[in-house]
Amino acid sequence: MSAPELQGLSLLRYLWRQLTSMRTALILLLLLGLASIPGSLFPQRTQSPLKVREYFESDSTGAKWMDRFYLFDVYGSPWFSAIYILLFISLIGCVVPRSWHYFREIFKAPAPAPSSLRTMEGFHEVEGQLEAAQRWLKSHRFRIVRDGKSIAAEKGYLRETGNLVFHLSLIVVLLGIAGSSVFGMRGEAIINVGERFINTPTSYDNLTPGRFFSIGNLPPFTIKADNFDATYNPETNAPEDYVLNVTTQDGVDGESIKKVVRVNEPLTFGSTRVYLQANGYSPLVTVKDKSGEVKFEGPVPFLPQDSNLTSIGAIKVPDMEPQVGFVGSFLPTAARDKVRGGFSSFPELLDPRLLVSVWTGDLKMDTGVPQSVYRIDTEDMERIGLWALRIGETYQFEVGSITFNGVIPWVNLQVVRDPGKQYALFGSILAIIGLMASLFIRQRRIWVREVNGKLEIAGLALNRLPGLDEEIKKLATEMKEAK
Amino acid sequence: MTKTDWAYVSNDLVYGALFIYTIAFILYTYETAFAVRANKEGASSSIDRTKTAKSSRIATIVFLLATAVLLLGVVARGVSASRVPWSNMYEYSISGALTFALAYLIVGRKYDLRWLGLPISIAVLLILGTAITLLYRPSAPLVPALQSTWLVVHVFAAILSGGVFLLSNTIAATYLWLDRMERKGERTAFAKRLPTLEVLDQLSYRLVAFVFPLWTFAVIAGAIWAEAAWGRYWGWDPKETWAFITWILYAAYLHARVTAGWKGRKAAWLCLLAGSTYLFNYVYVNVWGTGRHTYSGL
Repeated sequence: MSAPELQGLSLLRYLWRQLTSMRTALILLLLLGLASIPGSLFPQRTQSPLKVREYFESDSTGAKWMDRFYLFDVYGSPWFSAIYILLFISLIGCVVPRSWHYFREIFKAPAPAPSSLRTMEGFHEVEGQLEAAQRWLKSHRFRIVRDGKSIAAEKGYLRETGNLVFHLSLIVVLLGIAGSSVFGMRGEAIINVGERFINTPTSYDNLTPGRFFSIGNLPPFTIKADNFDATYNPETNAPEDYVLNVTTQDGVDGESIKKVVRVNEPLTFGSTRVYLQANGYSPLVTVKDKSGEVKFEGPVPFLPQDSNLTSIGAIKVPDMEPQVGFVGSFLPTAARDKVRGGFSSFPELLDPRLLVSVWTGDLKMDTGVPQSVYRIDTEDMERIGLWALRIGETYQFEVGSITFNGVIPWVNLQVVRDPGKQYALFGSILAIIGLMASLFIRQRRIWVREVNGKLEIAGLALNRLPGLDEEIKKLATEMKEAK
Repeated sequence: MTKTDWAYVSNDLVYGALFIYTIAFILYTYETAFAVRANKEGASSSIDRTKTAKSSRIATIVFLLATAVLLLGVVARGVSASRVPWSNMYEYSISGALTFALAYLIVGRKYDLRWLGLPISIAVLLILGTAITLLYRPSAPLVPALQSTWLVVHVFAAILSGGVFLLSNTIAATYLWLDRMERKGERTAFAKRLPTLEVLDQLSYRLVAFVFPLWTFAVIAGAIWAEAAWGRYWGWDPKETWAFITWILYAAYLHARVTAGWKGRKAAWLCLLAGSTYLFNYVYVNVWGTGRHTYSGL
């Protein structure tokens, strides 16, 4: 093929035709599947940032190169976006012009009978009358066109409609997803049981608003965590039930309502929902200086590391001179072996133990660099003590003391505003209905023609679903019997 | 009976089913071998089916019996934990083997699929054997994230789709095998009894077209559940990603057939590829994968 000179508009038109061709759509579809694979093989920042950090720590050059190709952000990467945007343009370019075509097609009369019916599907030749055939086709709800000596009948127009509905509803789903990410928000907060969560930006541990979500628009609700119950299987240690009792207040003057939150039963405030995502323990500690003055008191959330809630955390006391930090682990049911050292053997508080190592020096809390509340950078600090505490015990070290007063559970609440999800759901339901219509509805034509006093019957199964032969056979038998 | 008793009954029934499937497998093997031998002399096109008809019938009856026993075993497993029997990889496997066997029997009522008995019984034996030896976990209550009606709907739809995908894959694989044989020369005596390439091609397509909306539903039901349990309906969790890839590939397959007119070899390869992503998802994410769909109990 010699390529024609392509310039300006004609080049654009050529590219557009290429993009919206079925072949390109198929290739893009396969590419999209291929492109989503790396995201399931490498950790993704949005799901497991800690694992991504491990990659950088163990092989920083390799990780940097992987990062350059967006292998840790596959689903937000330019190349992934390019594929699905092209696919949707191709889809729109393919479906929208066809919609108009099919929209007209829906009201169109069946195509007239071909000159010879013998080559068509299910050909029959029977004695009979055209009138009877027409009555039969009509009673079976075929759309009919009659001219002198022949009938053209068609049925199953809904199939094409279904096909179009399916493809158009995919666009609705995509718009819903886009709407969620632009107008929605999500955030997380750890709440100790007994505390109150007030829905303002400062209450969040992290908050990701969509591009057009104004942070000032957070709905003013509060949630007080009254009680949290976790039940575990004594044999397998697996959780059996998490129940969080809360008192909520919707709006500034809303009345207090008691509610229950479970993993599959989130709270709803208008278009915002609050999910119970994780839980752990906060040891209650009191830290005093040498003179006995209280320098820190309260619950400190520790982060679970395994399913038995072996947890790690840090207690930072910048008010002491020199500054003091405690690097700690908390074991709800203490156990010990040679390999792992101290660990927890059951997630409930059967034999709680707080292990602390005491460090003095500079906590570097004034450097302006954001710090993890669960870790202490001990590079410029000196360790001055190490102890395991039971509830009620106090450990005295050089410059003060720490007392382990007790434990309260914490819960991690995820707050999500997802305004596009109804549209995505609506689109999905429509997509299934359209899909079933396009796959299961038989669209077929039947032609009947009177030739030399006999009836010739044949048809065409437009989407090649079986059943036309039997249908024609039935019609033929009926004609014979009517005779 | 206590819950533990039910769990033991279930184990016995699953073992029993494995044993009966083995008998069915032996009968199918015998039938296959005998059909070939029956053809030893005379023209290669004539096959004496009368000699094998009886063993073929017996094999199918034994297969049916094994499936009934497996069904009871799966039900007993559900009773032992007072919930649906598909909450970890072992249960998913025995339920999956059951739907696969049932899909074979049901489709076999309409089409003559006795020739598929041998490969199908091998596949069922492999799934059940792996489940019993490697994946077994004691019957236990559900973790909080699984305590939802969607467990019934979402996972059942996924298992059912999987059973039919697997059947369609088996047929597509048979197509490719026979196609290769025909290109090299004539079909062997055994293969002569199998349906024509055209029938296989149509059948594997029809199974996919039938079950694709169900798979779409399984993915959407999963999204609805994820919205309620995890606060997002789509998060590119490895299992979600691979379910999406399976969906994409089957969608491409349907387009290739209906719109682009693919048939035969190319279509069969695409069908196999799509089906293997389902299997990959089942093995990879459950055994080595990360993410939130980690309920295998391994």
